[in-house]
Amino acid sequence: MNVIQQLKLGFRSLMLHKLRSALAVLGILIGVTAVIWLVAMGEGVSYQAQQQIKDLGATSIIIRTIKPSEEANSDSGSRSGIAYGLLRSDYDRIITNIPTISAAVPMREISRDVRRDEYVVPAQVIGCTPKYFSINRLPIARGRPLAASDLQGLENVTVLAHDVAERLFPIQDPLGRAIQIGTEFYVVVGVAQDRTAAAAIGGSFSARQYNRDVYIPLNTFQKRIGDRVITVRGGTFQNETIELNQITAVVDDVAAVDASADIIRALLERYHKTVDYAVVVPKELLEQAETMRMMFNVLLLLIAGISLVVGGIGIMNIMLATVTERTREIGVRRALGATKGEIVQQFLWETVVLSGTGGLLGVAVGFLCGPTVQGVRFAIKSFMPDVWLTLPPTIHQLEPRLAPWSIIAAFGISVGVGIVFGIYPARRAANMDPIEALRHE
Amino acid sequence: MSKTKEEVSEPVRVAMVRDVTKVYRLGGQDVKALAGVSFEFKQGDFVAIMGTSGSGKSTLLNLLGCLDRPTSGQYLLGGHDVATLTDEEVSRVRGRYLGFVFQSYNLIQQLSVVENIMVPLSYQVPVRPDGRELSTKLATLVGLAGRLDHRPSQLSGGQQQRVAIARALVNNPHVILADEPTGNLDTATSNEIMDLLDVLNKTGRTIVMVTHEPDIAERAKTVITLRDGLIQSVEQNRS
Ligand SMILES: Nc1ncnc2c1ncn2[C@@H]1O[C@H](COP(=O)(O)OP(=O)(O)OP(=O)(O)O)[C@@H](O)[C@H]1O
Ligand SMILES: [Mg+2]
Repeated sequence: MNVIQQLKLGFRSLMLHKLRSALAVLGILIGVTAVIWLVAMGEGVSYQAQQQIKDLGATSIIIRTIKPSEEANSDSGSRSGIAYGLLRSDYDRIITNIPTISAAVPMREISRDVRRDEYVVPAQVIGCTPKYFSINRLPIARGRPLAASDLQGLENVTVLAHDVAERLFPIQDPLGRAIQIGTEFYVVVGVAQDRTAAAAIGGSFSARQYNRDVYIPLNTFQKRIGDRVITVRGGTFQNETIELNQITAVVDDVAAVDASADIIRALLERYHKTVDYAVVVPKELLEQAETMRMMFNVLLLLIAGISLVVGGIGIMNIMLATVTERTREIGVRRALGATKGEIVQQFLWETVVLSGTGGLLGVAVGFLCGPTVQGVRFAIKSFMPDVWLTLPPTIHQLEPRLAPWSIIAAFGISVGVGIVFGIYPARRAANMDPIEALRHE
Repeated sequence: MSKTKEEVSEPVRVAMVRDVTKVYRLGGQDVKALAGVSFEFKQGDFVAIMGTSGSGKSTLLNLLGCLDRPTSGQYLLGGHDVATLTDEEVSRVRGRYLGFVFQSYNLIQQLSVVENIMVPLSYQVPVRPDGRELSTKLATLVGLAGRLDHRPSQLSGGQQQRVAIARALVNNPHVILADEPTGNLDTATSNEIMDLLDVLNKTGRTIVMVTHEPDIAERAKTVITLRDGLIQSVEQNRS
């Protein structure tokens, strides 16, 4: 008999017990779908992470201010306030002392409400230099970016991020109009393009939401807002002095990134008593993310493998029942000339039909991963908006990515599982004594 | 088997048992199902095996059908000494030289009439390309032309046995072995089945049939009577 005849015969035999066979198929289907969906979700998340890290730039080194731990700054006293973080002098030292660094951008940021007439938008006010836009790949949609002359002249000008502009100026063109930060007014000279969040860098920083930024010249920031931040927390004034929140340095050559980062670390170490900064290398993050992705995939395959083994046990169970029920048929076939090998083959083909059908259906359902995620997301968004807001941006933006290897692996494993778990029942069928089998009721 | 000049005049010997015994060990006791049986089956024979219950009829037929091996003695089938063959070879011998008809028909439920008839062909190497036409022809021969695509459960007992006979013919066997082929059928249907076997025998096929009904045995050419695992008598019927 050829393969098609074998498959046909297997199918017909399985149709003797439709529900039972369908349940066995379902077991495999779920296993295969689980593999494909889990891997697709995992790939989607890690792709997102990688894109975000890539946005930071493979040749950049990001130096962030971090608040030192409490005991480290207890000597400075909480009343007079604490000063920590990157200094303007750090920036000067970095650009003058490290030849491999081709460009660097100092940055200061603070959360402030931004107003225009009756519109109030909570925003992140960023004091930066013109290069900030090119280094962070922030294209300007309209108007112009900040200019060197803005810094020199301590101009009250601003570039708005996409969302901020939209919310402050729902109708009008923001260019040339004024917005208010604190008591100061700033003229809008540009609007940045829509931009999704970048990767969270370092454990404590959340993902960078570019769309909520308001950019002003760094010098203007220093003059109008200042280094000192006073916050009221639990009835006491907290008084912090920070010169710079971040320095982004760009290296010419990817190969020089690690060495340059080491030099920066050494340099900062010399001038900072406490570790109030973190040096983040996106390239390393990318490598870490890649390792994470692989570990994640192995883990998912393991889980999925277990579910497929469970499906396989289901198949074995059903094939054992089938073999017992069809003892007579086995005896007849042996009498009519079937060898043991041919009986084994017949029952193995049956399990292949079972697991193969489960596998194919599982792959089909696997392809529904994207639409399903979209449907669920839409449902949550429409019917439970509160829940939606509490979900992290990763989930808001998650796009499952079907991995071709996972489809092939899932299908292959399912058929393999079918064969492995089918061998025992098939051999049991083949090793029956024909006379006993023929006498079986 | 090829025919030599000598064998044309004399009927060809298709199977022969010599001094075969079959001993079952039950607990500590030996049960002698066959105690030494010798017989020659020639081409065109129509042999009925009779005897009381437990006399060893089925045991002998199973040995002839290569479903079982004798405890001692020799069995030659189609020139092969069955004792020397491996399990796979014995399976092939069954498929090539033998056709089986069982008391309870033993058709495969999920297959249609034609497909049931074709089953032995699926174990033939090389595969016959005209299996379906041959099976259809045989179904017509046994009078089931209108029921080619029926399932066994849709047929009467007599019709099922006809399918079984067609199935036993499809591989053009040297010997057809039937264990109580009319055991589950009423007298009229039994006679129809026997008519069919008669026709087959007239066209030169060797038939060995177990029965305990004397009027069925009467329709065979030779009647062997077993008793306690031994041949008690061999009678030739006048036709
Ligand atoms: N598998 C077996 N194990 C043990 N003893 C067996 C086995 N098969 C047959 N026998 C014994 O061998 C003897 C012959 O059995 P057999 O089936 O050949 O009888 P039979 O002539 O076909 O009887 P019946 O007319 O009832 O079918 C019996 O005593 C039986 O108990
Ligand atoms: Mg019997």
